[in-house]
Amino acid sequence: MELILIFFSAAIVNNFVLAYFLGICPFIGVSNKITSAFSMGLATTFVMTITAIVTWLIYHLILVPFHLEFLEYVSFILVIASLVQFVEMFIKKVSQPLYRALGIFLPLITTNCAILGLALFIVLREYTFLQGIFFGVGAGAGFTLAITIMAGIREELDLADVPKAFQGAPITLIVAGILALAFMGFSGLISV
Amino acid sequence: MDLTLIIAIATMGGLGFLFAGGLAIADKKLRVEENPLIGKINDLLPGANCGACGKAGCYDYAVNIVENNAPVNGCPVGGNETAVLIAEILGVETNASVKMIPRILCRGGNSEAVKKMAEYFGPLSCSAMDIVSGGDKLCYYGCLGGGDCVNACPFNAMLMNSDGIPEVIEELCTGCGMCVKACPRNVIEMHPQDRNVFVYCKNQDDPKRSKDVCTVSCMGCGICARKSEGGVEIVNNLAVINYDKFVESNIPFDKCKTKAIDRIDKISTGQNN
Repeated sequence: MELILIFFSAAIVNNFVLAYFLGICPFIGVSNKITSAFSMGLATTFVMTITAIVTWLIYHLILVPFHLEFLEYVSFILVIASLVQFVEMFIKKVSQPLYRALGIFLPLITTNCAILGLALFIVLREYTFLQGIFFGVGAGAGFTLAITIMAGIREELDLADVPKAFQGAPITLIVAGILALAFMGFSGLISV
Repeated sequence: MDLTLIIAIATMGGLGFLFAGGLAIADKKLRVEENPLIGKINDLLPGANCGACGKAGCYDYAVNIVENNAPVNGCPVGGNETAVLIAEILGVETNASVKMIPRILCRGGNSEAVKKMAEYFGPLSCSAMDIVSGGDKLCYYGCLGGGDCVNACPFNAMLMNSDGIPEVIEELCTGCGMCVKACPRNVIEMHPQDRNVFVYCKNQDDPKRSKDVCTVSCMGCGICARKSEGGVEIVNNLAVINYDKFVESNIPFDKCKTKAIDRIDKISTGQNN
């Protein structure tokens, strides 16, 4: 039960993008088409899940026994960078068009603060291994949800009559704000 | 030396080694064999991804050149220079392609075309005008003046002149043909840049109406066709130039009362005049 609560807490109530405002750069940058946004969400979810697993193992099996907690940032970054490299190779192999659509935002997952934030939250909240995995999957699902909703709205927005001064980035940021406002309605439902 | 320091270095070194090994294996398994020529050709292409070559973008065109033997002169934006450079890389010959330029084959601007009794209020867009009411000009065939072609141009090579007719800035034009697609009345046509005689009208109305709706329309009188020996034909009350048989000296340009058939200087910069 607690695991499910952690999952929904990370995915909806405390959505990484819309409640913590982490990972805004791909959220704005890759959200102009639903298909590429969804793929970006899946890539990020994959990296988040594996990051949650590997960083937990590194932290609890290597860093804590050797009293090297101060190395958590640099080792977590190492894990994330390697994983992103792997995902990049994988996507390039599997789907060239997707690789081109994601472009620079794919390697930028490395410095996506949502992912480092996830690893640090797991340490901070002292999650167990299983809890950490659910937290990672939930955070990824939440990111996918947010970026896909955003892409859907932006696809509709292309056909709307937006005042000239608001076209492009301004209306995107306004929509993101309203979306965050809507997600604020969930806040406090679960306190995990 | 402090023990913690040594352990820290060893740990990070070990972790780094571990991940590096993993990535090395993944690289072996997942490496995508890519012909280095594709990257080279992609660098030569303009990178506008306009799709004028008929492919999904510049990179896709480069792939098609290398793998499917697509013609090297297929990029109208890069033009002859690009074709020659690509041909050099591939070691093939290219036949020089003449740059294609869009020509606006209507001169019925606000002062020439006769307006309707009603005024047009609505989106200033040719496609909207064409669907709703045909704009505010009486002519069913001519330029609507809404500027869809100007907006469609990805290279800012078009502008509306003061008479409400678009003009092409040939230095900026790359010949991608986006304006041709944007025009709902098919007033714009692609022609080789060295072609200099055009019929600047698309009106297929009978001579009377043709004369009533516009002062520069082709009425289909046929005076230009008479001695052209097949170079000009009258089709649906409109003079059509058959460029294969066409000889410029056979055309009595000054006999055309409305100057609908006209020539431009070969090195002209603007569209008209």
